[in-house]
Order: sequence, then structure tokens, then C-alpha cells
Amino acid sequence: MQVSVLEGGFADAPVQSARAFREIMTAMAQPGRINTVDGAHAPGISVASSVALLTLCDPDTPLYLAPSLDTADLRNWIAFHTAAPLVTPDKASFALGAWSELLGQDFPIGIPEYPDRSATLIVEMPALSATGATLRGPGIKDMARLSLPDADAMRDNTRLFPLGMDFILTCGSQLAAMPRTTRID
Amino acid sequence: MKMSDYNFAYLDEQTKRMIRRAILKGLAIPGYQVPFASREMPMPYGWGTGGVQVSAAVMVPEDTLKVIDQGADDTTNAVSIRRFFEKTAGVAVTEHTDQANVIQTRHRIPEQDLTEGQILVYQVPIPEPLRFLEPSEVETRKMHSLEEYGLMHVKLYEDIAQHGAIATAYAYPVRVEGRYVMDPSPIPKFDNPKLTMAGIQLFGAGREQRIYALPPYTDVVSLDFEDFPFEASKADHACGLCGAIDSYLDELIVDDQGARMFMCSDTDYCAGRQEETAA
Repeated sequence: MQVSVLEGGFADAPVQSARAFREIMTAMAQPGRINTVDGAHAPGISVASSVALLTLCDPDTPLYLAPSLDTADLRNWIAFHTAAPLVTPDKASFALGAWSELLGQDFPIGIPEYPDRSATLIVEMPALSATGATLRGPGIKDMARLSLPDADAMRDNTRLFPLGMDFILTCGSQLAAMPRTTRID
Repeated sequence: MKMSDYNFAYLDEQTKRMIRRAILKGLAIPGYQVPFASREMPMPYGWGTGGVQVSAAVMVPEDTLKVIDQGADDTTNAVSIRRFFEKTAGVAVTEHTDQANVIQTRHRIPEQDLTEGQILVYQVPIPEPLRFLEPSEVETRKMHSLEEYGLMHVKLYEDIAQHGAIATAYAYPVRVEGRYVMDPSPIPKFDNPKLTMAGIQLFGAGREQRIYALPPYTDVVSLDFEDFPFEASKADHACGLCGAIDSYLDELIVDDQGARMFMCSDTDYCAGRQEETAA
């Protein structure tokens, strides 16, 4: 196994994953908020996506990798650092990829009795900024703005509430989140 | 024992990841109870094991922790949980609401408004608001999925029919974002209006294995009727120690003649007001 696969994890997992989770949680609690994370880098993906994988994924969380990210290096890195099983979209609790590759896939959206059994999509973005679509809903005082990959598809997802997917948007070392509750004007 | 003898914040990493995933889904579906695999903690059920697990999963070493039990920082439950995290997470602790990042609470919301960035963790005994009306979990899940909340209004109506007013004084049911009916834990209904706040609210029920959450500024409405609107009631007195008329009061019997005194349940709020008066 190549050395690069063994590197790029947290040096001090308990503390670094605690700090990383605080950033992910405050992003999910306040849609539109952009947080910065560090401490992990997997081959071929952003620091923020790597941190999200390390913080949230383990053998209990089936993961879907978009085709262009599905390299031997990344597969090995995920296997070594998280041991998350790689699966097809319909069985995934997490997914990682660019928007164009995740769009239209058949991810779990939960069931009426258990809406939490839905996928969380980690979306690699070319840029992330507090501009663009207007967001309202839980976690947002009046309104917020966020550069969404696809406002129409996210609006459709919001209409599924309380079912639906949740999104973690990543770019470099930055991340933001879009839960299913956020209304897009 | 030194702090380094424990994993940071006591729980193992896989357990924390599992709790963290439940918290994220809870925040994404406000008011919905997310099942989680609650662990045995080194304290009995009913002593805040759910709250402790949630606090352990969100805590970072830089945090300052405050723990209150019915508003008080100096009661057994609060002191033991504070010491638990001092020992296992090495975090700073405080009794001042405005200096804390993470506040674990049993059955009160601090009088002082929380600000953005603060996290309020509730200890929850029975997370299911419909449980005393419908004992079956299968049925209550179905009721939540169908938004079938008529039974709760019947319960409040029966209060009015029997007592002339809604007699429910604590754990007063709320509706979150017009969707899920939620038990705000046994906080007095005086605290219900504060459930819409700038801080993040996380609810942990250890024995019942549920986590739920309210993101900041979430719309939370106490259930009521047009002709019997919700009232955030408190004892009709001023605090005997600080004179506050706007805080929730505990009634205390102070001698064997039955003399009573009302005092703030929030000890930090009361002490702060007394210091201000003295200065």
C-alpha cells in the first residue's frame, strides 16, 4: 500500500474530530454560514470533504463515491481511515462527489416514520460564497445567501420535508450545509 | 486519575460519531426524535445520561461548560456532571450564563438570553409528547408521520373541561415549524417562549435513546386554543432575594411554622442581580 494512503488523517482524532464536528454542526444549524476546517486531506478531494468523511463516516455508514472520484487511492484512503463500505446510491447514508454526478441519483430520502434514514450528500463545489440564492427557515434569523449548486433541485428536495436529503457543501477548507428545511426564494 | 487517562470527553470515537450523525439529522428535521444507540454512562439513568452523551459529542477542549439543575448551578446533579467533564474533557467550567459555550440543563432555560454560538443541551426523561396518551411506540411514530395530533388537543381540552384552564404547567407541548409536536422536556411553561432563541438547542434522552434538536430562530409555538391562549405563567411574587419580578420562582418553606419564600430558580441570574444592587 502506498504511503499517501496512510497519510492525511487526523493526528489527534478525538480533539480534531470534536473541533471539526463543531464546525459541521454550526453549519448545519445555521444554513448559509461558511465554516473553515483543517487537519485531513484525502487523495483527490478537498480538505473539507476529507474532514467530513473522517468526522462522520465509519463502518456503520455506507458511502457512495461519484464515478470521477472513484479511484484506487481514494478507495484505499477511505478503507484505511474510516472503513466505510462503498455502496450504490440507493444504499448510501453518505455520498461524495460533484453536483453534476450526484444529481438525479436515487439516494434514500427517509421514510415517513423515520425521516432521519436519509442520505447526507457531501458536494464538492468549485466555489463557495455567501452570494446567490436567498435562504430562509430554521437556523436563519432573517435571510441568508449561499452559492448553491442547483437551486431548483434543492427546492424540490425542500418540498419533500420532512423527508429529503441534507447537503454538506465543500470547497477547499471551507464548508457550508443545506438541511432539507431551508426554503429557497 | 488524570484527564489523559480517558479518551477526550469520555466516550469512544465511534460512539461520538454515531451521536454526531444523530445530532445532524436532528438539526435537519427540527422537533423530530432521532433514535440513537445510547450508551451506559457512569451515572444512573435519570441523572442526565442523554444530556451527558450529547454534551460529550459536541464539546471541544476550548469550551467553557455550565451545568444547571432546575436553574441552580450548585445542586448534586449539576455539580457531578460539571466535575465529570472537568475530569474527562479538561474543559473550563463556569456558573455564568454569558461565559459558557455549552450549557447542559435539567428542566430550565437560563433567564439571560442565549447568544449565537452558545449551545443548550437538555436532559430529557420522556422525549415522546404523546407517550402518556398512547403507550405504543409504533402508534406514536405513525401519529407523527401522519401529523395526527388531535389527541394532544383533546388532552389540553380535557384540562380546560376539568380545571377551567390548561393545567399543564411543565413539559408543555409545542409545535415546531408547523410540523412536529415536541416535548420541550419538563421545563416550566414559563420558559416555552424562550424556545425560539439564538442558541442551538439539543435534547438528549438516554434511557429512551432519542436525540432531537432546534436550530437557532426555529419557529416554536406552544399548543393552545383561540379562546384559551397559551400563558407563560409563574408564581405571582417577586424574588425574595433579588426582587426580580420577571424571573421564574421556586417556592421554599424556610422554617417549621410554614413561612414561605419565593426566590429565582436561576441562581446565576439571582446572584448577578444581588451583586448589581450591592455595587
